Amino acid sequence: MANKFFVAASPHIHSPQSTQSLMRDVLIALVPAFSLSLLIYGLDVLRVTAIAVVSCVLVEYLIQRFLFKGANTVKNLSAVLTGVLLAFNLPSDIPWWIIVIGAVVAIGVAKMTFGGLGRNPFNPALVGRVFLLIAYPVQMTSFPKPITPEFVDAFAGATPLAALKTQAVELGDVNFLNMLSGVMPGSLGEISAISLLVGGIYMIWRKVITWHIPVAVLGSMAVFAFIVALTQGGGALLYELPAFHLLAGGAMLGAIFMATDYVTSPMTAKGMLIYGVGIGVITMIIRQWGAYPEGMSFAILLMNSVTPLINKYVKPKRFGLMTTK
Amino acid sequence: MTVLISTILTLSLLGILAAVILYFVAQKFKVEEDPRIDEVEKMLPGANCGGCGFAGCRAMAEAMVLRDDISALYCPVGGAECMKSMASYLGKVAPEKEPTVATVRCGGTCAKRPRNNTYNGAKSCAVASTVYVGETACAYGCLGYGDCVDACAFDAIHINPETGIAEVDADKCTACGACVKACPKGIIELRKKWPKNRAVYVSCVSKDKGAVTMKACKAGCIGCGKCAKVCAFGAITVENGLAYIDPQKCKLCRKCVNECPTGAIVLKNMDPLPKEPKAPAAKPAVAATKPATPTAKAVEAKPAAEKKESVNEQK
Amino acid sequence: MKTFPIGGVHPSDNKQWSNTKPIEVLELPDVVNIPLGQHIGAPATAKVAKGDKVLTGQLIAEATGFMSANIHSPISGTVTAVDMQVNGQGLRQMMITIKREGDEWMPEIDRTPEIKRECELDSAAIIAKIKDAGIVGMGGATFPTHVKLSVPNGCKAEYLIINGVECEPYLTSDHRTMLERGEELLVGVEILKKALGVEKAVIGVENNKPDAIAHLNGLIKKGKYAVAVEPLKVQYPQGGEKQLIAAITGREVPPPPGLPIHVGAVVCNASTTVAVYDAVQKNKPLIERVVTITGKELKQPRNLLTRMGTPISTLVEMAGGLPEGDVKVVNGGPMMGRPMINIDSPVTKGCSGVTVYSGKEAHRVEVESCIKCAKCVSACPMGLEPYLIIRLTQKQMWEQLEAEYITNCIECGCCQYSCPAGLSLLDYVRLGKSTVMGIIRARAAANAAK
Repeated sequence: MANKFFVAASPHIHSPQSTQSLMRDVLIALVPAFSLSLLIYGLDVLRVTAIAVVSCVLVEYLIQRFLFKGANTVKNLSAVLTGVLLAFNLPSDIPWWIIVIGAVVAIGVAKMTFGGLGRNPFNPALVGRVFLLIAYPVQMTSFPKPITPEFVDAFAGATPLAALKTQAVELGDVNFLNMLSGVMPGSLGEISAISLLVGGIYMIWRKVITWHIPVAVLGSMAVFAFIVALTQGGGALLYELPAFHLLAGGAMLGAIFMATDYVTSPMTAKGMLIYGVGIGVITMIIRQWGAYPEGMSFAILLMNSVTPLINKYVKPKRFGLMTTK
Repeated sequence: MTVLISTILTLSLLGILAAVILYFVAQKFKVEEDPRIDEVEKMLPGANCGGCGFAGCRAMAEAMVLRDDISALYCPVGGAECMKSMASYLGKVAPEKEPTVATVRCGGTCAKRPRNNTYNGAKSCAVASTVYVGETACAYGCLGYGDCVDACAFDAIHINPETGIAEVDADKCTACGACVKACPKGIIELRKKWPKNRAVYVSCVSKDKGAVTMKACKAGCIGCGKCAKVCAFGAITVENGLAYIDPQKCKLCRKCVNECPTGAIVLKNMDPLPKEPKAPAAKPAVAATKPATPTAKAVEAKPAAEKKESVNEQK
Repeated sequence: MKTFPIGGVHPSDNKQWSNTKPIEVLELPDVVNIPLGQHIGAPATAKVAKGDKVLTGQLIAEATGFMSANIHSPISGTVTAVDMQVNGQGLRQMMITIKREGDEWMPEIDRTPEIKRECELDSAAIIAKIKDAGIVGMGGATFPTHVKLSVPNGCKAEYLIINGVECEPYLTSDHRTMLERGEELLVGVEILKKALGVEKAVIGVENNKPDAIAHLNGLIKKGKYAVAVEPLKVQYPQGGEKQLIAAITGREVPPPPGLPIHVGAVVCNASTTVAVYDAVQKNKPLIERVVTITGKELKQPRNLLTRMGTPISTLVEMAGGLPEGDVKVVNGGPMMGRPMINIDSPVTKGCSGVTVYSGKEAHRVEVESCIKCAKCVSACPMGLEPYLIIRLTQKQMWEQLEAEYITNCIECGCCQYSCPAGLSLLDYVRLGKSTVMGIIRARAAANAAK
């Protein structure tokens, strides 16, 4: 017979989504925030991102090629994404060698030591960032001012969160419009909440992520801030404090792009909600009472470590078990 | 100074407290165990392959110590020596078992068994065998996706990329039987291990009719029964169109090898008997003498002699 | 619009290739091969031998016990063999081979096209007639219909649900049947209602078949049938028995050994219901069915009324032959169909369609490592965790698999369809499920022996 038969069990069709397409969609979702960052912090943004991406990809390629002696995994774009997310967690004036160290830690230590994509227990980009934050605290916490001319320095060169923590600024003086549009000192990705939200909505529309984690993180942060505001006397604080916490620092970036990392987040909807609330609460505890002004990355890493436990005990709603009760 | 003293005091107190708690916990959860189990476990190979039928070496060691009669227990990996040393340590009688080796009974190489389709599913024999017949027309042969390779804890079985069939490294094989269980087609058998890894076996398990087998594979057993006729030891039976050589009865005389029209009977690490001209003369003679010597001892003596002959021939 | 509660995927259904093609009667085959096991349960026992003359519709193999089904000759002619033959998967199966001579039907079969609405028979007589006609579920599961209709003691049927969902992409045989034999379908519903003694009957139809919904509603209005048509949201696997019951009644069938009847529902496929009409009202056994032959690369996708036992290659020829190069031919739809290597194998009672894919379409995507994206978990309509199940299967941890409700899997393929890493999820889930089922059966047998 002229035809040769192909055989594989059902299903015989496959959804168009692949690892590569998912990663590509996340990268596309980061484009608005990246463009705005470029506008606000200048060309340095391009430099930091390029160095981070190139070194992440290079580290992954070298390890895969010479240590694992396995297939080339660069084309699934996960290393590119890690690079971009790492860059988004760095100030724009950071020296190039710190970025490279961050990339080596992120890919080499946090990802490849566990066997590569899909096996790492912690979010690689965040491990990179936290390592740098502890190793190079000065470089990691001094942020250049936005280059946009209309910027008014309400925060005295510190991030809004740091400024509030050191009581350099009163909450009433904060320009919420600037925070919403991202005109404030901070890392590349601690930027306009709107641009990050647009990215998040794109990812939900493309079915890359579900709403559970971002909503749980942001919701629990808002509720927490609201309760804190209640204990501090209420008034305008009741809406100012939650809004400030949602807009400031890495809240949006963390909730939408970092916490939703597939590998390190739980598998079930219920688990995702628990995980998201955990991140929100821990972030707020660190912000409110901790030594660091920002707790997002620590909160996500802490909840990453709980993920296997959540996966073990939080099971999906099984079909057919409700009626038997 | 007071800071120093108070620190040292608190830490010491904490240490003592923890030690006391630990002591009671250790008492409470203490498990009495026969110390011999540890010793026996050390004697076992520690491969945890499950070849003995237990979950691991520890479970086997427990059974060795606890059971009075250990004749049903056997560690195929450690073999007779290991069993003997354990038995003597425990003062029990070790079971005797002759060594065996895993044997892949399929000769349907890529060259002899044409492929008529391409399998694109999960690379697992167990999965493929539930989906369909396989990449060839033979419903019994080796699929070559290597479930046995994955099951082997001793790196003793591999798929030969040229033939597409699993091959056993007899020196590494410990006869734990993991591959036998893993093979969904039941191709692998534990057969008696002869010195120098010699072997004669039917390398086919196809129960199809001769014509069907022949169409699917040039190396298949077609059940013609010629081998059974020449066998002087009654070791070969033909059932459902398939010949089987009983490893307990076979004496490696190799006559069947020359008879097989498809080459399904495989000879390993031995030279074949000289071809046609000599064979007819030798055959009747042996066949005639064999039935005349019914006692087991006599039968055993003969093949020993034959073996010597064959060694001479090799030289 | 109603749908089932959890999971599901939405592949492009590609029904447009064949859903406007009317049912055509395929010309009679010269030789048919009838497998004795073409239903769930024990294979039938052959009642004919080589050389026997048979008529169309004559009983040639009898059900072996209760959980089995009769088989009738689809053509008239001479039995040339009762022997092992190679089936679609290349495996050997017992089949009856008949060589056709003319087309002479059994005299009691009513072949007139008039609709006969009145049915005087009582429940037991109807079920007996369905059993005699060898009717099995024609959606693909091939569960003997008379077994389904025999409600066990302690259970009561409340709902009769007619499965006109046809959620399987590509296939259109049920769709065309509902359009062209709607009246017969509705009479069949009345008969089934009588057999079960139920009042409520619902025909579930997915919303991508608005013409069928409108057509059936029109007929119901005209003929005053006591049945409702329920349009359902397009979501695979809506046509799964358990999913359909949940979508329509809101009740969930418990995991095995739970059965639909335990929540008071009996589900019957639309084509099966028409076959019930034929059997009860026209004395016609199940000897032919509508088969969709479709595929992207096929020149002429069609819906063909095919006698059982016709070689699938005949259907492929009718559709314009196989495309050039590598192909995948599947008995059934793209989500649950079985791949074939022998297209001369026969059409059977459960064959609702034959789908053809070019080598490029058929090739599975490259396998990468699991990124724990949880898409399989959210796609699973049974609330299972496929990523975990395949790991446990590969480690052969059968007890844990049982605790993970692996037996609840309906093998719909949603997990593997949605996996971005291209893992062979269902391959291993199926392996794990069959092994665990084997362990459960062995345990039950051991308990029974005690």
